[in-house]
Amino acid sequence: MKLSALQQSYLNRRSNSFRGSAQLDSAADGSVKSPAAVFWLVLHGVCCLISLVLGFRFSRLVFFFIFSTSATNLYTAPFRGAAEIASHLDVRSTPVTGAADSVPGNMTAVVASSTSRVVVGRHGIRIRPWPHPDPVEVMKAHQILERVQREQRALFGVKNPRTVIAVTPTYARTFQKLHLTGVMHSLMLVPYDLVWIVVEAGGVTNETASIIAKSGLRTIHVGFRQTMPNSWEGRHKLESRMRLHALGIVREQKLDGVVMFADDSNMHSMELFDEIQNVKWIGAVSVGILLHSTDSSATIQREGEEESTPMPVQGPACNATNKLVGWHTFNSLRYAGRSAVYIDDRAPVLPRKLEWSGFVLNSRLVWKDVDDKPEWVKDLDELDGAGEEVESPLSLLKTTSMVEPLGNCGRQVLLWWLRVEARSDSKFPAQWIIDPPLDITVPSKRTPWPDAPPELPSNEKMSDGAQTQDQQINKHSTKTKTPRTRRSRTKRRHDTKVIGVQASTLSVSEQQN
Amino acid sequence: MDFWKWVFFGFLCAALVLRIGAVELGRNQPTERISGSAGDVLEDNPVGRLKVFVYELPSKYNKKILQKDPRCLNHMFAAEIFMHRFLLSSPVRTLNPKEADWFYTPVYTTCDLTPNGLPLPFKSPRMMRSAIQLISSNWPYWNRTEGADHFFLTPHDFGACFHYQEEKAIERGILTLLKRATLVQTFGQRNHVCLKDGSITIPPYAPPQKIYAHLIPENTPRSIFVYFRGLFYDVGNDPEGGYYARGARAAVWENFKDNPLFDISTDHPTTYYEDMQRAVFCLCPLGWAPWSPRLVEAVVFGCIPIIIADDIVLPFADAIPWEEIGVFVDEEDVPKLDTILTSIPPEVILRKQRLLANPTMKQAMLFPQPAQPGDAFHQVLNGLARKLPHDRSIYLKPGEKLLNWTAGPVGDLKPW
Repeated sequence: MKLSALQQSYLNRRSNSFRGSAQLDSAADGSVKSPAAVFWLVLHGVCCLISLVLGFRFSRLVFFFIFSTSATNLYTAPFRGAAEIASHLDVRSTPVTGAADSVPGNMTAVVASSTSRVVVGRHGIRIRPWPHPDPVEVMKAHQILERVQREQRALFGVKNPRTVIAVTPTYARTFQKLHLTGVMHSLMLVPYDLVWIVVEAGGVTNETASIIAKSGLRTIHVGFRQTMPNSWEGRHKLESRMRLHALGIVREQKLDGVVMFADDSNMHSMELFDEIQNVKWIGAVSVGILLHSTDSSATIQREGEEESTPMPVQGPACNATNKLVGWHTFNSLRYAGRSAVYIDDRAPVLPRKLEWSGFVLNSRLVWKDVDDKPEWVKDLDELDGAGEEVESPLSLLKTTSMVEPLGNCGRQVLLWWLRVEARSDSKFPAQWIIDPPLDITVPSKRTPWPDAPPELPSNEKMSDGAQTQDQQINKHSTKTKTPRTRRSRTKRRHDTKVIGVQASTLSVSEQQN
Repeated sequence: MDFWKWVFFGFLCAALVLRIGAVELGRNQPTERISGSAGDVLEDNPVGRLKVFVYELPSKYNKKILQKDPRCLNHMFAAEIFMHRFLLSSPVRTLNPKEADWFYTPVYTTCDLTPNGLPLPFKSPRMMRSAIQLISSNWPYWNRTEGADHFFLTPHDFGACFHYQEEKAIERGILTLLKRATLVQTFGQRNHVCLKDGSITIPPYAPPQKIYAHLIPENTPRSIFVYFRGLFYDVGNDPEGGYYARGARAAVWENFKDNPLFDISTDHPTTYYEDMQRAVFCLCPLGWAPWSPRLVEAVVFGCIPIIIADDIVLPFADAIPWEEIGVFVDEEDVPKLDTILTSIPPEVILRKQRLLANPTMKQAMLFPQPAQPGDAFHQVLNGLARKLPHDRSIYLKPGEKLLNWTAGPVGDLKPW
């Protein structure tokens, strides 16, 4: 087939655009312009002008009007040259506005062989009438994904998953809702069976009960006779005793599974729960220690000691053969003397040497009369009577060498330890429900609307106590004059914002903090 | 007697070493063996079944070209170079051409790269022709059969048609001098001029180190339904759409761009390999040519390939039952792709995943260095071995000539 110059230069352009070389291996004929070619040229020029005027790709409309979205057709050879010319001129003439393909009928075809149904050349882009997702199909696809993931879990996940027994010591205070909700959500995401033992200092209260009731998990909520002391020392000691009490419950009820200590202000990753399934008797994970230090002097100190900044991680330390050789603990020397003593101190709260939350136990370790308990484990009853404080589950062991390091030998930090509490005088509404409405209001300074002068405290205000519900919400801008007149006529309900610290009607339900 | 004992002992050691060397990709997943003749064929050992003689061509045909542009070792046509290296040190190589079953000519025709890295095929016919002239004049084996017991690697877009544009490639046809030889190429489409009967289709080269560096834990749940990254419209060469991929990629985009099940875009994310391992289906549509490295990547990462290319011939089609592993969708059915995929029963999907998890499957798609048993090099040799013994009719009578050495475009005849 002879190649016209234009066709050749089309190929030239193509090769230029992505090959960067202008070599051609075929001989070029002299330029021959047939009348057909001239006709197409003229038609193409006309269509170009039309698209310039209309401002959009005229050709595409024509193309789609004339041709449905069905398969390609076969055309004979003469059209092929024209197509090349048209496409070539497309790009050369109007590269910016989008060239009009003036010859809509140009579907070239070079039939490779008579039996092939695949043709070379331009094809239509098949779009179905309503190209949007079908909700039924989306659901089916999600079911397929679910099935695939179930299969993956069966193949690669933990075989024979054990129940997770989470032990949480808690007590009712302002930040309890924040902390406990966090733990609750983490536990709700655990894909294994779970038992949540919540031990509450000061006895069972509705506060805690209402929070954990929403979890939908199997919970054991017990109270502990003592109330939580105000110092961190005392708190840590009491929490240890509460945890031992929970272990007693595990023993009593013969709960079977893996015991982990989920302190209510800690943050757990989901990988933790997968990892603890691997524990045989007692395991240790690395805990990240997050110190909330508001003390600016601490930062200055830190800069001076940069060379000795340790990792804020507590956990097992291994040697090169992944055997347990020791423990990483938190170096609290830098904070010596500046750490928090009382729960609401604005100073960093230090963890103990080894936190309970970094350990996981097989529940059978605390069972009574179990034959296959290893001999390096003490009985739980021995700890109860001990006068000394039980600092970590390691006290349950006669030798610490049998602790299994988890999480790639402690290299993965799977949970984070944090202690944040409110000021000791902070109050919060019972179960965080404002009912009845608070009567204390404080005037807001710098409102964007002009402040109305304070109303005189009138008796009607008192009697309207029930109706003033929307008063604090109602924030009409008031002018000085009209409200008075309005007030005399309209109902008092439209009285504007309540101002003045009517402290006499202090009736916030006080909770113990 | 002692000597043979040592030989045996040495053989045992070698066998042990080879076992340890094989990379295990399908680690713990119970895999399904492709039962029947097809699956077993993948594990055949070609050593002892054939002998290959490698012609010693002057380095201007291979080494010097590679020295000029070492990028040839990393692009998807690198199979021709690695095959040469493999054969040089393989036990199937023989230095005695009289006992050889197959003859290999190491000429790197796909190594003339543009600054962008794309190979230019314009000099390739002349290079090939010059190489064949050399071997026919220096050794008698070409003239004995006019190339019928020779094989060449032509991994370019349309194989031995030596052009990137399909119409031009069809026009040129397969190089006349290669009409009797066996071609090992990546291109395969039924009833196409550029696919000769008896050719061996191979997968495009995908760098194994890069693939192994991006493996993620197998228990990561597969949460993407359909995954694809690549062009839908080739704006530089086909701005209107309709030429590129025969409009199939554009159809995919137009129909499914707002479908949440289809994670498709033209991005180049760094987590491309990791994402493929989190997907259930991976689209492998045609581009300018029907084949693409996506198929290799999908198989290695356990993602079921959805092949949208009419009449395509997939790599090692006689050894790998692609119908059971992938999903074939006609180009005209692309608008119904979501219906097709969601109506596949889950058991079928799980079965396909088990077949894909088979390590022999993954190994057969790769060209690792150094070569490992069951990899693509060995599959090529298996394919060549299956064509033996040669039919007596390929041997020509002395003086008989079947090939026309002056056929083809005039430009091809210029010496290289």
